[in-house]
Amino acid sequence: MKQLMTGNDAMAEAAIQAGCRYYFGYPITPQNEFTAYMARHMPQVGGTFIQSESEIAAINMVMGASAAGGRAMTSSSSPGISLKQEGISYIAGDQLPAVILNVVRGGPGLGNIAPAQCDYFQATRGGGHGDYRCIVLAPSTVQEGTELIQDAFDLAEKYRNPVLILSDGRMGQMMEPVEFKPRPKVETPPKDYILTGKKGRERRIIRSLFLKEPELEAWNKIIQEKLMKIEENEIRYETKMVEDADLILIAYGTCARNSKEALRTLREKGRKVGVFRPITLWPFPYYALSEVVRGARAALVVEMSAGQMVEDVYLAVKGTRPIFFYGRMGGIVPSATEIVQQSEKIFTEKM
Amino acid sequence: MPPNDKPYIEIVADRCKGCELCVSVCPKDCIELDTGAVNVKGVNPAKYVGGCVGCGSCVQVCPDVCIELYKEEKAKKSA
Amino acid sequence: MQTTKSHPKSLFPVSTHYCAGCGHGIVHRMIAETFDELGIQDRTIGVAPVGCSVLMYNYIDVDTIEAAHGRAPATATGLKRVRPDCIVFTYQGDGDLASIGTAEIIHAANRGENFTTVFINNAIYGMTGGQMAPTTLIGQKTETSPYGRKSENEGYPLRACEMLATLEAPYYIERVSVATPAKIRKAKKAIFKAFKYQVEGRGFTFVEVVSTCPTNWGMSPTDAMKWSEEYMEKAFPLGVFRDRGAEKDKTETGADK
Repeated sequence: MKQLMTGNDAMAEAAIQAGCRYYFGYPITPQNEFTAYMARHMPQVGGTFIQSESEIAAINMVMGASAAGGRAMTSSSSPGISLKQEGISYIAGDQLPAVILNVVRGGPGLGNIAPAQCDYFQATRGGGHGDYRCIVLAPSTVQEGTELIQDAFDLAEKYRNPVLILSDGRMGQMMEPVEFKPRPKVETPPKDYILTGKKGRERRIIRSLFLKEPELEAWNKIIQEKLMKIEENEIRYETKMVEDADLILIAYGTCARNSKEALRTLREKGRKVGVFRPITLWPFPYYALSEVVRGARAALVVEMSAGQMVEDVYLAVKGTRPIFFYGRMGGIVPSATEIVQQSEKIFTEKM
Repeated sequence: MPPNDKPYIEIVADRCKGCELCVSVCPKDCIELDTGAVNVKGVNPAKYVGGCVGCGSCVQVCPDVCIELYKEEKAKKSA
Repeated sequence: MQTTKSHPKSLFPVSTHYCAGCGHGIVHRMIAETFDELGIQDRTIGVAPVGCSVLMYNYIDVDTIEAAHGRAPATATGLKRVRPDCIVFTYQGDGDLASIGTAEIIHAANRGENFTTVFINNAIYGMTGGQMAPTTLIGQKTETSPYGRKSENEGYPLRACEMLATLEAPYYIERVSVATPAKIRKAKKAIFKAFKYQVEGRGFTFVEVVSTCPTNWGMSPTDAMKWSEEYMEKAFPLGVFRDRGAEKDKTETGADK
């Protein structure tokens, strides 16, 4: 049965249905509905909700809860996610599972509370100090948001790695019909690392400190090998009408929605346009994207930023096709009309 | 260890860092640094020279937990 | 002939990386003895700080996680909420707890989280090489207060026990010292009490241990103990700041009426 819910509420409900029982968060707009939903519903399922004293405390509570074997998450919006980076780095260094939702807003600094995609670099490059990556999932509908946040817990536990959901102010606030489908139980590896007291076994230490250089390098290699496995197995993307396309629109999240709308208009005009939508921003679908763009004549990257994902597109396409960029900043979403205009310009002037 | 009905201490010399805290708190001056010996840490370790009354001060203060005190357990009042 | 004081089972019989005369070893021993006496080693989880004692897991034989600098109380909160039957403790120094982690300790205490914090106050940053701590005494020279700490510029030594005692929630707060054998015995009683209260599920318990850092104070271990007694204990008066258990006993027995 479908019900009308905001992205924030629906994703919170989905997280609870995925077995998340420990939520720690701090108020920040535009993700407050998520926190409030957790506050209302966690007690009903015997879970723990704490409004922490800060974003920093929240992520460190997630770390503790995860170390003890709990399914734990936190959510925030851009400035708060900046504060969490320390903890995310430790979680990655400790190789602990964790789920973090970023309902991205305009930046830098205090910016504003409007939707944006200006945290792409921070999300996909690790964000904090050290060699690590978060798995980054970018939904473009409320329904997909609910499914991805559920997958996030499984992925986090499968790889013992932080998973970041990159939503945005619009995704969080908009209402869409959503259906919570029964989910097949996903097998995750046994948690043979968690802290429960050493009764009946060797004691365990969860750490990221390795003072001897070869030991730290060895630990890093383990992390890197794991990340390579994630790159091999977990890349997700969606294509639409790319087979015969001359121009590929490349966008994720909210921008992908508008790009699909632009595609319809452009196709009606006879313009052969396709859409490529990365769902995992890390691991980024470099190979698939490069194949698709090579099959076309050019690509247009659309973002709510000054141009961040476009750098990954350059890396994917490696100069084989011209890449154009259209972005809006300050919390402005590029409209379908604008994307159509930009595409027309490319068709008439550049091809 | 010698059978002895008087209290005495044993010092794990290789764990001793020669901080002398035990020497400073012993009311009977029965510990001193062994200037004739160098342990694995390269320091003169503490050495028991006799006269222990079993007060346990050295055990309390030793940061390296390398002093063992042997003395007769007092019978509990309730026993 | 019996051993009356033997090496605690919860403490590895190994040499520590701490400098000669450092108070950490004394406190580690007391904590390990407490675990043995309460029989809780098998269900205890330690949260190690950033500072010299980050390596406490090399000595104290319990499940342990390292926390980020100052965040141990938040990490402990997460652990304890998932594992209420485990005994959780944080072990933090003055830079960790009273500077970078001030928010975390105050709010964990204020929520009355049912874990124990052992706070080592030696008025200086040890691991980073002797910088000024929030608890550095007025006039005390450190790497970053080379002319002596001045209240006009650096403020006053921060008193964690007094600050936490303004909160309703904490169940037990005591400041002890390791400057003399008698004081160490008292400190042991405080640490034991703090963990016992946690075992009983009473709430947040906090023991501040006034300790020493002979290396960075530039003193012999013996002189450091004397200095600690003479100066540290003046700035940080020893005593019980909160003991809801004792209050309860008094009310129940009418001893104070």
